[in-house]
Amino acid sequence: MKRYSAFAIAREALRQHKGWSHAWTSPEPRNSYDVVIVGAGGHGLATAYYLGRNFGITNVAVIEKGWLGGGNTGRNTTIIRSNYLQDPSAALYEKARSLFENLSQDLNYNIMFSPRGVMMLAQTEHEKRGYLRTERANALQGVQTRFIQPAEVKKLVPIINLDGPRYPVLGALWQPRGGTARHDAVAWGYARACSDMGMHIIEQCAVTGVESAGGQVTAVNTTKGTITCKKLGIVVAGHSGALADMAGFRLPVESVALQALVSEPIKPCMDVVVMANTVHGYMSQSDKGEMVIGGGADGFNNYTQRGSWHHVEETVRALVETFPMISRLKMLRQWGGIVDMTGDRSPIISKTPLGNCFINCGWGTGGFKATPGSGWAMAELIAKGEPGPLAREFSMTRFREGRFIDESVAAGVAH
Amino acid sequence: MLTLTCPCCGVTAEETEFSPGGEAHLKRFGPGSSDQEYEAYMFNRKNPRGVHFERWRHAYGCGKWFLAARCTMTLEVFGTYAAQTLEPPAEIVAKIKDRHPGWEGYS
Ligand SMILES: Cc1cc2nc3c(=O)[nH]c(=O)nc-3n(C[C@H](O)[C@H](O)[C@H](O)COP(=O)(O)OP(=O)(O)OC[C@H]3O[C@@H](n4cnc5c(N)ncnc54)[C@H](O)[C@@H]3O)c2cc1C
Ligand SMILES: [Zn+2]
Repeated sequence: MKRYSAFAIAREALRQHKGWSHAWTSPEPRNSYDVVIVGAGGHGLATAYYLGRNFGITNVAVIEKGWLGGGNTGRNTTIIRSNYLQDPSAALYEKARSLFENLSQDLNYNIMFSPRGVMMLAQTEHEKRGYLRTERANALQGVQTRFIQPAEVKKLVPIINLDGPRYPVLGALWQPRGGTARHDAVAWGYARACSDMGMHIIEQCAVTGVESAGGQVTAVNTTKGTITCKKLGIVVAGHSGALADMAGFRLPVESVALQALVSEPIKPCMDVVVMANTVHGYMSQSDKGEMVIGGGADGFNNYTQRGSWHHVEETVRALVETFPMISRLKMLRQWGGIVDMTGDRSPIISKTPLGNCFINCGWGTGGFKATPGSGWAMAELIAKGEPGPLAREFSMTRFREGRFIDESVAAGVAH
Repeated sequence: MLTLTCPCCGVTAEETEFSPGGEAHLKRFGPGSSDQEYEAYMFNRKNPRGVHFERWRHAYGCGKWFLAARCTMTLEVFGTYAAQTLEPPAEIVAKIKDRHPGWEGYS
């Protein structure tokens, strides 16, 4: 792999940029691998990367039915934060956030991590009390957050309207080291590093069946033939139900469409991320100048990857009251992704009824922020066959055992 | 946009008039059942890509519950029927088989 650097740019500038090579290779699949990972989204690729980096396991294939990063990884609104309530979540999301801090250097790929600060508005007394509680919990967990008063909110976000008649701003939970990153670059950077370690990333290849014998997975059937493996990792987000069905078990997961939209690009006007959970909307400004707006999820099972106009209308109607200046903006585009929801709004990083098959799913509306931590924990689970400290609480049997990790407040809005 | 017809009052309306109520025809397990059965009933879901049966309520209309057969990949509705039905009625099953000859049937 050629390293990217200022020197490399200068060198290539002198020879008409003819020396760049593909960031990752596109090999034909071999018949067999030590580890097969289904799904080349950020989480699947990060899993492969940390399998190689932390455990020296590189005989790995990542199989993707579409194009790399074309699932929720390439469809999310890129908010990164770790201000959750429960200890296991804080550990996992803060691990991920801290890995984001150095990820560009680690991968030698600019993932454009922008710790611009994330603000969660309190717009009802109830919400304010909730965030004061989260602030205390975060202090105990070592996650830096602070409850700020309306005047400070206004200073950080001059375009905000504090005293909307329906939704006055009573303060906010502020995480100064939260922010955003370039979602595609996260997938591309991991893919490049995996490819460099000799792993195979096989795009345009759908897994259509899982073969097992004696309670162990033996192979996966794909549109490019059967591939045997010693261990299987399923990391397919909204399609987890379909893969679990192939492997012969059911999950406490339901798939729904979540959507987002962007406005036409405008001059810089807001340099933090603002989430307004009461009105179910959130907003940030991309480097291109578009206002990136996310809204609610459908309430019913849905695999259409489209979204619906009434959700757009509800989200924008509510946000206009808090940000009056957006009322004249034109919408540029709108899209949807299929997210995998669990009952307690926490993910699953778990062993399965098949001994050598592991699953990572249930990130629902908020897994982009967790990408590096999720990959780290999943790699440990696959390598050792047992969960490490990060994954331990997130097993799929927690529902049966009544050990919910309730993040319905922290994940109250889809993000 | 999803359009449903309420079998109770006959009104056809778009999804904003209805509330989704999750998977239909769940077999209930209560006290005395095994942990696995209870878990399966409480938490584990089919979540299929394709034909699905689910509960809906005509929330901003007559207020009644009913069941719907729907494709989760296209939002096509094969039919709606009374909530007091234990398994999908034959005419709805026939309609689904007509549209999706490869469908394995309700199980
Ligand atoms: C509109 C929207 C906004 C969001 N906003 C945020 C946000 O601001 N912050 C945040 O933290 N999270 C957000 N999320 C959630 C986040 O996008 C996801 O939790 C995260 O990207 C999941 O990553 P993944 O790698 O697990 O899944 P994906 O990126 O979806 O990857 C799964 C891959 O598996 C592949 N696959 C599926 N079935 C098969 C098969 N049979 N064979 C082979 N491959 C298969 C898919 O094609 C896909 O590429 C948002 C999601 C959406 C939809
Ligand atoms: Zn009705």
